[in-house]
Amino acid sequence: MKPAPFTYCRPDNVEQVLDLLRQHGGDSRILAGGQTLMAMLNMRLVEPKILVDISMMEALRFIRVADNYLEIGAAVIQADLLAWTDLEQYAPLMAKALPWVGHAQTRNKGTVCGSIAHSDPSSEMPLCLALLGGEIVLRSKTNRRMVKAADFQIGTLTTARQEDELIEAIRIPVPADVSKFAFQEVAIRHGDFALVAVAASHSPDGIRLGVGGVADRPEVRHWEHLPEDEIDTALNDLAHELGGYDDIHASAGYRRELVRTIGKRVILEVMA
Amino acid sequence: MIEYGAADRVKVTLTVNNESLTGYASSRMLLSDFIRHELGLTGTHVGCEHGVCGACTIQIDGRPVRSCLMLAVQAEGREIQTVEGLSDKGTLNRLQQAFRSHHALQCGFCTSGILMSMTNLLNENPTPTDDEITDILSGHLCRCTGYVGIVKAVQSLVLENIARENGENA
Amino acid sequence: MKKIADKVYVSQALERVEDSALLAGAGVFADDIAVGARTGHAAFLRSPHAHADINSIDIKTAEALDGVHAIVVGEDLRAWSRPFIVGVKQPMEHWCLAQDRVRYIGEPVAIVVAEDRYIAEDALALIEVDYTPLKAVVDPEIAILKDAPVLHEAVGSNLISERNFSYGDPEKAFRDADRIVSMKVRYPRNACTPIECFVVNADYDAAEDNYDVLANFQGPFSLLPVMALALNIPVNKLRLRTPPDSGGSFGVKQAIFPYIVALCLASRKAGRPVKWVEDRLEHLMAATSATNRVTEIEGAVTKDGELIGLCYRQLEDCGGYLRAPEPATLYRMHGNMTGAYKVQNLAIENRVVLTNKTPTGLNRGFGGPQVYFALERLMHKIAVELKLDPLEVIKRNLVEAKDMPYRTPSGALYDSGDYRKAVLEACKKGNLEALKKRRDQVRGAGGLYGIGYTAIVEPSISNMGYISTALTALEREKAGPKDGGAAMATVSVDALGSVSVTMDSTPQGQGHRTVAAQVVADVLGLKPADIRVDVTMDTAKDNWSISAGNYSSRFAGSVAGSVHLAAIEIRDKLKRMAQTSLNIAADKVSFSDGKFSDADNPDNAIQFRRLAGQAHWSPGLLPEGDVPGLRAASSWTMPELEAPDPEDRVNSSGAHGFVFDYCGVEIDRDTGRVRLDKYVTMHDAGRLLNPALVDGQVYGGFTQALGAALFEELSYTADGTFQAGSMAEYLIPTVAETPAPVILHMSSPSPFTPLGAKGVGEGNSMSTPVCLANAVADALGRDDIELPLKQSKVRDWIGIRETPPTSGGAVATPVADKDAITGRGELTIRLPVERVWDLLLDPENLEKAIPGCRELIVEGDHSYRADVSVAVGPVRGDIVALVKLSDLDPSKFLRLGGSADGPLGSSTGSGTILLTATGANGDATILHYDYSVSLSGKIAAVGGRLLGGAMKVLIKRFFERFIRIAAPETAPAGFPLFGWLENLLRAIGIKR
Repeated sequence: MKPAPFTYCRPDNVEQVLDLLRQHGGDSRILAGGQTLMAMLNMRLVEPKILVDISMMEALRFIRVADNYLEIGAAVIQADLLAWTDLEQYAPLMAKALPWVGHAQTRNKGTVCGSIAHSDPSSEMPLCLALLGGEIVLRSKTNRRMVKAADFQIGTLTTARQEDELIEAIRIPVPADVSKFAFQEVAIRHGDFALVAVAASHSPDGIRLGVGGVADRPEVRHWEHLPEDEIDTALNDLAHELGGYDDIHASAGYRRELVRTIGKRVILEVMA
Repeated sequence: MIEYGAADRVKVTLTVNNESLTGYASSRMLLSDFIRHELGLTGTHVGCEHGVCGACTIQIDGRPVRSCLMLAVQAEGREIQTVEGLSDKGTLNRLQQAFRSHHALQCGFCTSGILMSMTNLLNENPTPTDDEITDILSGHLCRCTGYVGIVKAVQSLVLENIARENGENA
Repeated sequence: MKKIADKVYVSQALERVEDSALLAGAGVFADDIAVGARTGHAAFLRSPHAHADINSIDIKTAEALDGVHAIVVGEDLRAWSRPFIVGVKQPMEHWCLAQDRVRYIGEPVAIVVAEDRYIAEDALALIEVDYTPLKAVVDPEIAILKDAPVLHEAVGSNLISERNFSYGDPEKAFRDADRIVSMKVRYPRNACTPIECFVVNADYDAAEDNYDVLANFQGPFSLLPVMALALNIPVNKLRLRTPPDSGGSFGVKQAIFPYIVALCLASRKAGRPVKWVEDRLEHLMAATSATNRVTEIEGAVTKDGELIGLCYRQLEDCGGYLRAPEPATLYRMHGNMTGAYKVQNLAIENRVVLTNKTPTGLNRGFGGPQVYFALERLMHKIAVELKLDPLEVIKRNLVEAKDMPYRTPSGALYDSGDYRKAVLEACKKGNLEALKKRRDQVRGAGGLYGIGYTAIVEPSISNMGYISTALTALEREKAGPKDGGAAMATVSVDALGSVSVTMDSTPQGQGHRTVAAQVVADVLGLKPADIRVDVTMDTAKDNWSISAGNYSSRFAGSVAGSVHLAAIEIRDKLKRMAQTSLNIAADKVSFSDGKFSDADNPDNAIQFRRLAGQAHWSPGLLPEGDVPGLRAASSWTMPELEAPDPEDRVNSSGAHGFVFDYCGVEIDRDTGRVRLDKYVTMHDAGRLLNPALVDGQVYGGFTQALGAALFEELSYTADGTFQAGSMAEYLIPTVAETPAPVILHMSSPSPFTPLGAKGVGEGNSMSTPVCLANAVADALGRDDIELPLKQSKVRDWIGIRETPPTSGGAVATPVADKDAITGRGELTIRLPVERVWDLLLDPENLEKAIPGCRELIVEGDHSYRADVSVAVGPVRGDIVALVKLSDLDPSKFLRLGGSADGPLGSSTGSGTILLTATGANGDATILHYDYSVSLSGKIAAVGGRLLGGAMKVLIKRFFERFIRIAAPETAPAGFPLFGWLENLLRAIGIKR
C-alpha cells in the first residue's frame, strides 16, 4: 500500500499552481490536506504524475468576510475553521456539521475545500455548501469563475472543475440574523461516512432541506412555505425522487426512510 | 518552487522530539515510513495506511495527525513529536504511568498513537469531559483493551488536574 | 500469614512488566527489527477473481523494472516445495501460490522481490496474468448442490468432509419429547483483525539448505511440521524465531504460515533475505477469517422446558482451501456441544464445504461463537415457544455442581464449577431486576427494549487429538492416536542468583511475562522484578512441541502451570542443596525471605543467591544425583486429554470455564440503531493469576464480540466479490460504540491444571454475539435474527412501509440483483434512428465516444477490444475491455456484453440499447439504455459505497460524448463547454 511514483511540487504562489495545472491538467492532483487523497494514493486508486502541494501556502489560508460572504481559502484546515471564534456567527451550520467530518486527527490536516473538491456523495461539507447556496471559486491561468454549489457537484466524485482549475476558495452567503439551522447525521460508528446526512435552514425566504448520502450528490430542496402537516408528504416525495442506493452498510429503502425520519427532525428543529 | 522528481533522493531535515534530524526520502515516501525506517524511530506504528486506525498518529506542530497520510517531503522543517519523546530519560511521564496503572494497553501496538492524541487533548484542555475524551479517542482503533483502561487512565489524570486546579484556586 | 501474604504475587493485579517499553515506544515488533542492506522487500500479486483459471503469467516487463530482484510465480514452486498437507483424507491441493487456478479474491498469484516495497508494488502493476473467469460459489448451501461450480475437481465436489455422530439415544429423546423446537441460523464471516498485520523475514542459506525465518507467528507449532513438509525439508532446517512483541493476534496470526513458506521460496529464488509486511488491504481481503456456518438445530424438550435431546446439523464453510488446522473450527467444541446443559442425548451432523472465499483459520472463540449462536438462540426460542422465562429455561438445564467433574455425552470432562450459583449471583450483583423494570418502562413508553441471556462453557487448553475426530475411528486407528497438549517452560538461575524464564507460549499482548514472573517469584521467594521472562521463540534452541503457541487460551491453565512446575523443580533442588550445605534433615529446611535456613536454628542459613552460585561454581558440593548448574525444564500435559475413543467421544479441551451473560438493548425505531444499555458478564475461570489481566481479556473479548454482533462482516457478493476491503468498510468498534460491561467473577479452581487456572480470553467471543441477538429477538419478538445487527437490517425488521409519492411516480424499490450495479436512462438525439444505429455500430465513432479510449480494435463480428483509461474524479485505471454486441435488430435493438480487466479490478457487464423514432418527422431518436455491471478486485473491496455513482458518471459521460459526436449541431457555439453540456443534459432529461 504505497503510492505510485510522482513528481512532488510545492509552488511558492498561486500563479505557479495555475501554471502547473495548465501544463499538466488531468495528470496532476492538488494536495491540500490529503486526508482522502493520500489514502487513495496509498491504495493506488489515484496515480497522478504531478502532485501539487498547496497545504503550506499562506496565500490560500484565509477565512474572511467580505460583501456579505464568508470566504474560506483552499488551504484552510477543518480544525482551524472549527476553532475560528466567529464561525457560529457567520456560518452556524458549518459549526454544527464540522464535528461530524472524520475525526479530530483528520480534521487537523484535512481542508474544507478538499472535502468540496473530493465531492463524496455523503460528505458533510458539500452538503452544507449546497444548502447554504454557496459558491466555489475556480481559478485557472486564464479565468476566474464562480460556480454555485448546486452546479458544482455533478455526480460521485465528479465536479464541474476543469482540469486546469484550482479551487481557490469557497464562498458562503452570511445568513440573515433570524435564520435557523440544524444538522443531523446517521452513521454506523462515530466518525464514519454518513449513511444519510441532513441539514435544514429556516430563513425569511422559507425552509431548505439538504440531503447527503442518498443520491449521487447532495440534493437541496426549498419550500417557501411548508405547513407542518405537509412535511411527511414532501419528504416522502423527496425520498422517492432521490431513490437511494444499496451498499453493504445500508439499503436504499433504509436511506429513503431516513430522509423521511431525520429529515423531519431537522425541519421541525428549524421551524421550532 | 520546490520540485522533486520521482527518482530524486531528497534530503529532509526536521525537528523530532526537540532534536534536529536528517534523512533521505523519495518524493512518494510516506512520513510514517520515513520516521520508522529512515529515522529509526520505530515507536510510531503502522496499522492501516489509510488514516482509519490511528496507530501512526504523531504530532506535527503540536497537532495530532496521521503520519501515513503525509509525505516525508512535507515534513521538511516541521516540528514533530513521537511517542519516543514522551518519557524523560526512561522515566514514564504522568500519562504513560496512568496507562500502566490502569492497564490501558495489551499488545501496545495502537498505544503510541493514542498517547499522542491524548497528550494533545490534555495539553489543550487539562480537564476534558468524558464525551470529549470519547470524541478524541474514537479516532483510534484498539483491538485488545475494549478502551476501558484507556478511558480510566485519562480520567484519572483529569481528576488529578481538577484537584490541582482546585488547590491553586483555594 | 501476614508475612506470607505480602509475598504472594499470584492473584494480585500487578502492573505489567511489558508496559514500560511499550509506553515509551521501545517495544520491539517484527517490523521494527532492522534488516540488512541486501534484504529485498516483497509484495504479492493477488487474484482479482473469486474463481478463475490462470492461462498464463507474463513477468517480463515487471522483471525488467529497475530495482526488481526476483519474481516468483506458481511454477517456481514445484522444484522446491509441495502442496500443504490436508487435515482430512482428500486429494485437495493447496500451494502457497496459485498454480493453474485461483479460488478466492486475494489469493496470492506471484511475489515480487524488489529494493523496497514501493518498487515492488510498481512491479505488481506490470505483471500480466491472463485469466479465464469461472462461475464462483460463496453460499455454503449452494456450494453443496449438484450443479454448483466445483472448486477442486480432484475432490469431486465442494463437500470435503462429512461425519455423523450420535451420543446417548437422541432418537428416543425426540420421540419422547413434548415438543420439538427447531431453528436454522447463519453465523457470518468475521475476523479479529489485529492492528499489526503479518510480518515475515525469510532468509535461505544455500550452503546449509536451511531456512531462517522471523515472523510474528503465534502458533500452534503443529504448523511448523506442516511448513517444513511443504518446503520438502526436515523440520530442523526451518528455524523460526518470533519477535519480543506482537501487535495482537487473537488467533489470526496462525494464518501467516502459508506466507512463511512463500517468503522462504522467494528468498531462495532471489538469493537474498526477503522481508514482507502485510498491508491492511491484503489483511482484510485475504489473511484469514472465522468460518461462516449454517446450523439447523433442534431441541427435544419437555413442556416445562427441560432439554432432553439436542440435534445439530452444521454446515461449515472453510473458504477456498481447507487450510491447516481446519476443519478444527468445527471440532474444537466437539466435547462441549451441549454447552452448560445436562442433556445427554446428542446427534451431530458435520459437513465441511469449500467456497470461493478466503480460507479460514484461528479467530478468538474458534468454533464457540458459531456453536453457541445456534444453541443459545435455541434456548431462547424454547422459552418463547413454551411461554417460559428464558432465564428459567437456562437454569432448569444447567449441569449441577454435585456432578463435577462432569462428563458430557460427546466426551468432554468439565473440571469444576457451580453454574447455578454463578447465574444466581450474576442476577443479583448485576441487578437483573432493575434491568427488567427498565425494559417495562421503555416498552410502556412505546419503545423497543429487549433482554438477552446466555450461559456457555468456555473451553481452554486444546487436546491435540480433537481434530482427529474429523476422521473415522478406523482412520484414526491407522494414523495412530493423537492426544495430550504439552506445555513447556524453563527456569534458570545463573551464578549470581538471578532468574530467567522461557516458555512455549508466544504472547501477542496478553502480558504473559508479567504472570510468569508472578508465578516464579512466589515459588522462589523473590520479587517479580527479579525474574526476567523472555517470550521470544527460537525453534532451533527453545523447548517446543507441536502444541506450543498462543491459542486455545492455554497460557493460564497449562503454560503458567508448567512455569510453576519448573520453578518448583528449582526450589526442590535448592532445598536439597541447602540440606547438604546446612547439614540438616530434609524436613528442617525452611525457605523464606530469599534465605534457606534450619527451622530449628534460623542463624544456620544460606542466601538464595549464594546457594544458586554453588550449583555453578561448586558442583562438587551438590547432593548425590543432582547435576551441575541450575536449570529446570518442565514439560507438562494433562492425562485427561485422551485421544478420541472408538465411539467418537473426545475431551476436546483440558479446562472448562463458565460464562453467564445478560444484557439489555434499546432499539431506535427511526434509525434501527441497537444501543447496548447494560451488559453483565459473569466468569468462572478458576483461579485468577492476575485479575487485572483477566479483566483486560474480558473487556477486549467483549469488545471484539460486540463488533461481531453489531458491525463486522467480511461480506461477499454472490459472485465472490469481496466487499469489506478497507477499515471504512470492515467496521470495528471505536470507544464511542463500546460501553464497559459489568464484570463479575466466581472462582472454582480447576483440579486438572497446576495452578487451578482456566482460560478466560475467549468466553465473551462465544457468549456476547448471541446474547445481543437474544436481546434483539426479545425486543422485536422475532426469530430470524442474523448478525451483524446493522441498523439498516434492524430497521427493516421493525418494518418500513413505503407509500408512493404524491406525483404518482413509481415507488422506488431496491434493484433485484443487489450484487450488480444497475441503471437505466433515456436520451433524445436529433438524428433519425438509422443514423444513430450506424453511429452505434461504427467502431471509429465508438472509439471517439468512449471516454479515455486510446484504441479500439475490431476483433470479430461486432466484437471489440478497447484500451481505455477510465477516470472518475481522481480515480483512474487503465483497462482492457472486451465488448460483444448481439441480438442486433437493425435500427431498433442491440445487446452488449463484455468484460474488463485492469489493476483496479475486473468487471463483467451487460446492457441493452433500444431506439425509437420520435419527432414530428421522425427525425429524432429516443435512445433507451440499461446496464448491469459486476465489479471485483480492489475497487470493489474498498470503494463499494461509491461504485453505483461512479458507473453512472461513466455511462453519462459516454452518452455526452456520443451525442456531441453524433449531433454536434445541437451544441450552441460559444458556450463554455461545461455549461453547454449541463444544459444539453438537462434538455434531454439525463440530468435533473
